[in-house]
Amino acid sequence: MKPAPFAYVRPGTLAEAVAALAADPGAKVLAGGQSLVPLLNMRLAAPTALVDINAIPGLDEITAEAGGVRIGALVRHAAVLASPLVRRVQPLLHLALDNVAHATIRNRGTTVGSLVHADAAGEMPVVLRLLGGSLDVVGPDGPRTIPVEELYVGPLESTVRHDEVAVSAFVPGLAAHAGVAFEELARRQGDYALAGVAAVVEGDVVRAGFLSVSDLPTVVDLSGVAAEDMADLALASLDPVGDIHASADYRAQLVRVMTPRVVATAREHARTRTQGGTR
Amino acid sequence: MGQKVQRVEDQRFLRGQGRYTDDVLVTASGAGVLHAAVLRSPHAHARILDIDVEAVLDAEGVHAVWTYEDLQGPMAEPLPLLIPHPALTHGRTQFALARDEVNYVGEAIAFVVAEDRYLAEDAVALIRVSYETLPAVVGVEAARRAEHLVHDDVPGNVAAHLDQRVGDAPAAIAAAAHRLELDLSIERSACMPMEGRATVARWDPDTDRLQLWTSTQTSTGVRAAVAVKMGLDLGQVDVITPDVGGGFGVKINHPWPEEVLVPMAARVLGQPVKFTEDRREHFISSAHERGQEQHIEVGFDDEGRVVGLDVRFWHDNGAYTPYGLIVPIITSTQLLGPYKPGSYRVRFDSVYTNTVIVTPYRGAGRPQGCFAMERTMDAIADYLGKDRTEVRAVNFIQPEEFPYDHQLVFQDGRPLVYDSGDYPASLEKLKRLVGWDEFPAFQQEMAAQGREVGIGLACYVEGTGVGPYEGAHVHIETSGKVKVAIGLTTQGQGHATVFAQLVADELGVRMEDVEVVSGDTRRMAYSVGTFASRAAVMSGSAVHLAARRAKEKALKVAADALEVDESDLQIVDGVVSVKGAPSSAIDLGTVSVLSNPLRYAFDEASQAATQFSVGDPGKPPVAEDDEPGLEGRDFYSPDRATFASGMHAAIVETDPRTAEITILKYAVVHDCGTIINPMIVEGQIHGGVAQGIGGALYEKMAYDESGQLLNASFMDFLMPYVTEIPDGIDVDHLETPSPLNPLGIKGAGEAGVIPTAAAIASAIEDAERHSRPSMSIAAMPISPSELYTLRQEHTA
Repeated sequence: MKPAPFAYVRPGTLAEAVAALAADPGAKVLAGGQSLVPLLNMRLAAPTALVDINAIPGLDEITAEAGGVRIGALVRHAAVLASPLVRRVQPLLHLALDNVAHATIRNRGTTVGSLVHADAAGEMPVVLRLLGGSLDVVGPDGPRTIPVEELYVGPLESTVRHDEVAVSAFVPGLAAHAGVAFEELARRQGDYALAGVAAVVEGDVVRAGFLSVSDLPTVVDLSGVAAEDMADLALASLDPVGDIHASADYRAQLVRVMTPRVVATAREHARTRTQGGTR
Repeated sequence: MGQKVQRVEDQRFLRGQGRYTDDVLVTASGAGVLHAAVLRSPHAHARILDIDVEAVLDAEGVHAVWTYEDLQGPMAEPLPLLIPHPALTHGRTQFALARDEVNYVGEAIAFVVAEDRYLAEDAVALIRVSYETLPAVVGVEAARRAEHLVHDDVPGNVAAHLDQRVGDAPAAIAAAAHRLELDLSIERSACMPMEGRATVARWDPDTDRLQLWTSTQTSTGVRAAVAVKMGLDLGQVDVITPDVGGGFGVKINHPWPEEVLVPMAARVLGQPVKFTEDRREHFISSAHERGQEQHIEVGFDDEGRVVGLDVRFWHDNGAYTPYGLIVPIITSTQLLGPYKPGSYRVRFDSVYTNTVIVTPYRGAGRPQGCFAMERTMDAIADYLGKDRTEVRAVNFIQPEEFPYDHQLVFQDGRPLVYDSGDYPASLEKLKRLVGWDEFPAFQQEMAAQGREVGIGLACYVEGTGVGPYEGAHVHIETSGKVKVAIGLTTQGQGHATVFAQLVADELGVRMEDVEVVSGDTRRMAYSVGTFASRAAVMSGSAVHLAARRAKEKALKVAADALEVDESDLQIVDGVVSVKGAPSSAIDLGTVSVLSNPLRYAFDEASQAATQFSVGDPGKPPVAEDDEPGLEGRDFYSPDRATFASGMHAAIVETDPRTAEITILKYAVVHDCGTIINPMIVEGQIHGGVAQGIGGALYEKMAYDESGQLLNASFMDFLMPYVTEIPDGIDVDHLETPSPLNPLGIKGAGEAGVIPTAAAIASAIEDAERHSRPSMSIAAMPISPSELYTLRQEHTA
């Protein structure tokens, strides 16, 4: 469990980082390393170079922006989880992060790294997808913004190009009268979920996001759907897969159990926010 | 004895100051020690056509590479079959490096030594092997079908077949008032100690000796094996076991390929060599356990009394049988638990598969046996509509029936005779502890809220403290400090605490003046090892006897010095004094000085022992029947094992929709005879129950059809975290001392894990009983997904 040889660079600016990536098609960005380093150690990935972005200034901030919150590429999950700003502006992010792995992993792992890793079993991709956020990247041709709808194209595959560095994610805030909820079921505390559901309810609009069910983070519009029909509608858009921890049927059952429950919780959240002001 | 003495080890361990094998010979620069890595088979079954190591020889930092062709003499012979048995007609062991065939993913093929582990792994990646892949045999069913053979010369994939019988069980079942049949299965799991295997060797050309540090449960076993493999005299080999980060059984198997390859390389290269296994290697190239399929036929009367029990089971021993038939023999004998069936027949096949070898894991075949027996008891109760505790009670061996002879042969080759116990008393304690009689009301109350809860129990008897022997050496130094050496090794159980307690008690010294060293063949060359819950029984008894000898000598020397009779003396806090005349006293350090007549003084204290100061000029300074020094050495060798017992009960809740399984309460009644340190016994129980919960709800080895282990990491092998273990495990003790050893001790190390899967299966079945009366739990572990599937099958 030692990685194959690789070059290591630790640029001090974004431009240097982008140049280093452009110079080596086998290079990978290292931020928190919580997914990458185990892959290296098990020799399941063997990049020729790691471009460590941890020395680049300005990437470790959470900032309020019009309509939401921006999270820098070096902000650790733990910092996002602890941020009162995040909790106030977009409580779903806080709810979901509480389910991300264990404290030690959250202390190193970055929220933006998790978004770029594009794991359908991860909490962050589906949350961003549900909320309709975006990812800012910088490449040889300068910066660009990738709307989340265009971010995920396949299992563990995003549209961030090899020579681009993700610099921040924009997470839209929750409308004043909207509500959110999140639930997942894992074998052990902190494990990848067997299945998970996030929901946003805003007036008549009801949307739910599903993680660990299909091989892409999937969002389904459940507006105007009766509670008892929600799961079937959702399952029509999902393709549950079986693995050594759970059968496809069982994952479908979890969707059936959790979907109406999570939507009901989100609806209740919206009600309390409407009645008691923002919480 | 009997005190909750704080563990003397904990300060060191909790502060990160433990010294493990990987810490040995570590210098600030890291220089001087070479590191090994192993090329392992990627195929479960293949013939090796060619191995090309050319690229490795030029690789950076590589010192040497070995394949089978490079091995010589005994190194080129298969590794030893440690425990032969007449029924093991087709025992097979692997070579240190595969010769022409590999039989599991992970089998060692080539051994590379380089400047560091990174370079060694890079070099391993450069080796090119041509394989002819062969069909893999995975799982008991495929092994039994025998469409393909693991070993060409082992027909039917059967390594061994063993029968034992008492009375005529088939006839008794045929004549019984009621009959049932059960088919059960238990998945594979593994020990998974935090520290994997590790070995460091240094060859000293100046003294022509080998020093070997290894993370083992038997330093004497490794010493003997390495001496044979390397063609060395035993006297040339020292094996030292430093701190060991857990064993749980896997480290009793020996020698591992690396345990002989590392010293071989160190000698050839003239430099120390280290191998530290990583976690993936531990999953695919150490050992697993559990893994049985069972068929049970039972006949019983109206009361549930078993008149005949006929058990047939198939034990998956993996690709080789280095540890013999110990696991299935234990299953076949310990299955009986606290019960006395009218007649019993057990037959097992130990079968080969193209998977990692199977050697004892904490419990060592007992959890499987307990599962068979306890599922049977539950089935009988269900059939007769009786309370599950009543059915067990009518089958119990009664307190007045000890010693109870089952007329079977146990794993140590000796008769299976239970020495003592009180099973009815244990059951009463358990029922009170868990609230058995109050449970139906609680269950109804929960049902009214739409919640499904169930209660279950399971009983076991555990043969502990098997022979042949253990020894101890107690040395009282001139400082008054007491140095104790035991031969067996320690893996964190608290040996340094409990054995110091025993010495302090027997010798009359303070605990803090006693230091215990274990697993160092330079200090105690005669020993067997740490397994079968035997350390407290075996080494504990030996320590007690050795301390007694040291005490006898101390009293004799002190009596001479104080000119009183030995019987008038006492030892308290390290001072020998005349009873009733405390001013007439001499401390043990001085007694030690006097015990060793000296010619030369080297400090003030030693002047007292020089030739013009002590001794009767008319007698030899050391009497004919005596030895210099204040020491005691003794061995303990019992007639047979001593049998601990216990009973567990669990209350679980199953979610009606998600099939999540939650343990609400877990209760343990435990009888390990006389308790040395209740805190340590409870720690053993807690740890065992945690592992048992792993085996009941989480852990399995997910092999695919081609023999690839799909979950060879802690991400996918679900060892429970502390968050998965109930907050409180209620423990109550019963102490029925063993008549077989001087302190009445029985083993406690494995107990916690034995009945856990059976108790939880019983509780889950009970929770589901009202919704799905026909559903039974026949396989463990069980996940929510599997429980969901089972429910679907029973609600169609």
